[in-house]
Amino acid sequence: MELNSKSPTGPIETRWERHRFNLKLVNPANKRKYTIIVVGSGLAGGSAAASLAELGYNVDCFCFQDSPRRAHSIAAQGGINAAKNYHNDGDSVYRLFYDTVKGGDFRARESNVYRLAGISLNIIDQCVAQGVPFAREYSGYLDNRSFGGAQVSRTFYARGQTGQQLLLGAYQALERQIGFARGIVTRDLISGKIESHFADAVVLGTGGYGNVYYLSTNAKGCNATAIWRAHKRGALFANPCFTQIHPTCIPVSGEYQSKLTLMSESLRNDGRVWVPEKKGDKRAPSQIPEAERDYFLERKYPSFGNLVPRDVASRNAKAACDEGRGVGESGLAVYLDFRDAIERLGASVIKERYGNLFDMYNRITGEDPYKDPMRIYPAIHYTMGGLWVDYNLMSNVPGLYVIGEANFSDHGANRLGASALMQGLADGYFVLPNTIGDYLASNKFEKVDASHAAAREAESDVQAVTRKLLDAKGKRSVDSYHRELGKIMWEHCGMARNTEGLKHALALIPPLREQYWSDVKVLGSGEELNQSLEKAGRVADFFELAELMCRDALERNESCGGHFREEYQTPEGEAARDDENFAYAAAWGFQGVGQPPVLHKEPLTFEYVHPSQRSYK
Amino acid sequence: MRIILHIWRQRNASDKGKMSRYEVPDVNHEMSFLQMLDVLNEDLIVRNEEPVAFDHDCREGICGMCGCMVNGMAHGPLPGTTLCQLHMRHFKDGDELYLEPWRAKAFPVVKDLVVDRGALDRIIAAGGYISVATGSAPDGNAVLVPKENAERSMDAAACIGCGACVAMCPNAAAALFTGAKIAHLGLLPQGQPEREQRAIAMVAQARQELFGSCTNIGECEAVCPKEIKLEVIARMNADFIRASLTGR
Repeated sequence: MELNSKSPTGPIETRWERHRFNLKLVNPANKRKYTIIVVGSGLAGGSAAASLAELGYNVDCFCFQDSPRRAHSIAAQGGINAAKNYHNDGDSVYRLFYDTVKGGDFRARESNVYRLAGISLNIIDQCVAQGVPFAREYSGYLDNRSFGGAQVSRTFYARGQTGQQLLLGAYQALERQIGFARGIVTRDLISGKIESHFADAVVLGTGGYGNVYYLSTNAKGCNATAIWRAHKRGALFANPCFTQIHPTCIPVSGEYQSKLTLMSESLRNDGRVWVPEKKGDKRAPSQIPEAERDYFLERKYPSFGNLVPRDVASRNAKAACDEGRGVGESGLAVYLDFRDAIERLGASVIKERYGNLFDMYNRITGEDPYKDPMRIYPAIHYTMGGLWVDYNLMSNVPGLYVIGEANFSDHGANRLGASALMQGLADGYFVLPNTIGDYLASNKFEKVDASHAAAREAESDVQAVTRKLLDAKGKRSVDSYHRELGKIMWEHCGMARNTEGLKHALALIPPLREQYWSDVKVLGSGEELNQSLEKAGRVADFFELAELMCRDALERNESCGGHFREEYQTPEGEAARDDENFAYAAAWGFQGVGQPPVLHKEPLTFEYVHPSQRSYK
Repeated sequence: MRIILHIWRQRNASDKGKMSRYEVPDVNHEMSFLQMLDVLNEDLIVRNEEPVAFDHDCREGICGMCGCMVNGMAHGPLPGTTLCQLHMRHFKDGDELYLEPWRAKAFPVVKDLVVDRGALDRIIAAGGYISVATGSAPDGNAVLVPKENAERSMDAAACIGCGACVAMCPNAAAALFTGAKIAHLGLLPQGQPEREQRAIAMVAQARQELFGSCTNIGECEAVCPKEIKLEVIARMNADFIRASLTGR
């Protein structure tokens, strides 16, 4: 299959503008004749639904929570990037574009990233106007801080709750539309009723698939079901192995652990990461003198120090623990120490900057980070891969758009901090509302209803899956299978991968999946709220997706960004890319459960930011 | 340690419901409250009993999905803490805990500890926003916001919409929730044009949803996991009265 990215050519600065001009428009009076379904109500889905409704389309927005305000974008802490250059520190749209392409280890489309960097300016304006209470200077001007992978201060924030405030902005914009745009938000998990909804276009803003690993910083309900079922019906899945491991999470404390908690990357502005110089040093951190501490990020990367990108920080933390220098009971943690910052700035400044994060750390661990350093360890956080989309954010299935984390488009092999919020809102507020009109205006739509063969088939598929899960009446709970799958993935397709491990995982997953279908135990019925049944369907999808992730990781014989193949590293242990053979997006086509998928390649070309070995030294 | 749980079990909205007793024998001090419920549910599944339905999602105290009454206290005994962030180190061996769903006419029970909080969304839909079309905003620094106002606005905007304030209030009022949104937007220059209309519309919607009236008892402030202050209710009342007087 020929993948047409529809990427514009010519000068990059004007690509989006020229492309937008060439898109067909739907006249205002005709917009109400179209219905668009938006699945997901996070930053991408929520902002898209609100903006589309505002334009006059009929919008149906679906989410699995009891309110659109609860989507997991809400948990983003640190901030959102925008190239405003309010600080006169040399920032520009081009620099944000450059940082993002480089941060993504040269595996993203230049056209998309440039557009994203440009739109970042409008996002801040829009959110301020909506009443997002961003942090301010005493003068009343917007405040900024710096984030990993950048040497300028371009991150806007609302305490440690930036995602919450941006999402509430989008949610309120969405709620504003409900009165007159007939946008509806439904939760259809209560009655168990299976219903088909029809529209002229469908938008998936359903987030990432980090929960494949069972333990992640994702919300418990985050799932890949919408994108995976779309994939099974023809949508290509791109770069599934590009997963992001966040360096600063609270370490696992026991077998019962069901969720990991992130400590914002912004903490690395003032916190210093270190481990003891000596292996197996069990002394309390305060007892370890300065000379016997190894501030390994500052030592290895003097110019970026503690603010290296996430993949680099995570790998180095893992390496320190693998050497036996990890701290805490499990030895799977490193220190994030605020002692020096508190000495320099005073505890009150630190409290103002990170108070709520320190409180959260204290609530979870029972320790006081003002006195003792935090213990942190990397955890699965974000997935750069997702459904393949063209420059218009449409998948290869006509009329199916994919936005936010659910698509693969902008972050390449590694996402920079404070860029997920930026992408979600760029897609939802500014890109999709422009591009979707072109599709609607260029096509004629036949009326479809529940009697359509495809709808009947999909409905009976869903019924069959539900019945199968309820009828298995096996021995083990859904969670026990999910945990086992997660362990396989974390061990073999996690922070470091190798051929042998990936082949091993590919041998383990299919039989476990088979066993799941015959041995899972789901109690209750399908006719009412049944949280085990909800989980069971999601885990079934995770099993299939996990296999694809391993295949993709095995196929990509190079290291790039979050995908670190142990066989491919530089003498200093950094990721070694192979641009000659792997400068492409891998878009996989589904061929049936257990069948090898087909690989389609979208070549990536770099006209502006030339691929080089990423250096943060 | 061993924890004894009495949990409200109710199959669906029309079921009468009752308390059931369970024991969780090996509770670890490092566990969160919800992880303890996970462990109980795994155990129930092994025993062929239907697991307890409870709402939860982010488990980081920010989505507002979780919450139930623990011994009569919304979100349990620890101030400023959602149920998911409450850890078992605050309990001791042999503790007996009574878990019930939020109780309010406006929050019908869906199942066990899960309630329908759609009424809160409808209050926001009535006016909890600033009307700005996508793309029409001026530069972010065009409107200055004094730091103190931005901070106070953020204090109110921290509301997670969990409904604990309603559940704890003897009148089942949604005044803290409604006031928090009115204060958040009303403290910002961008929120001024719609300020009066917003107060009228949101207060009217809350009444229509069968939430009670505020009688300044303050239970809401005491249990709010985000420590929203009663002051926001005063702001709501002030905005409402001023709007009523000017006839808008």
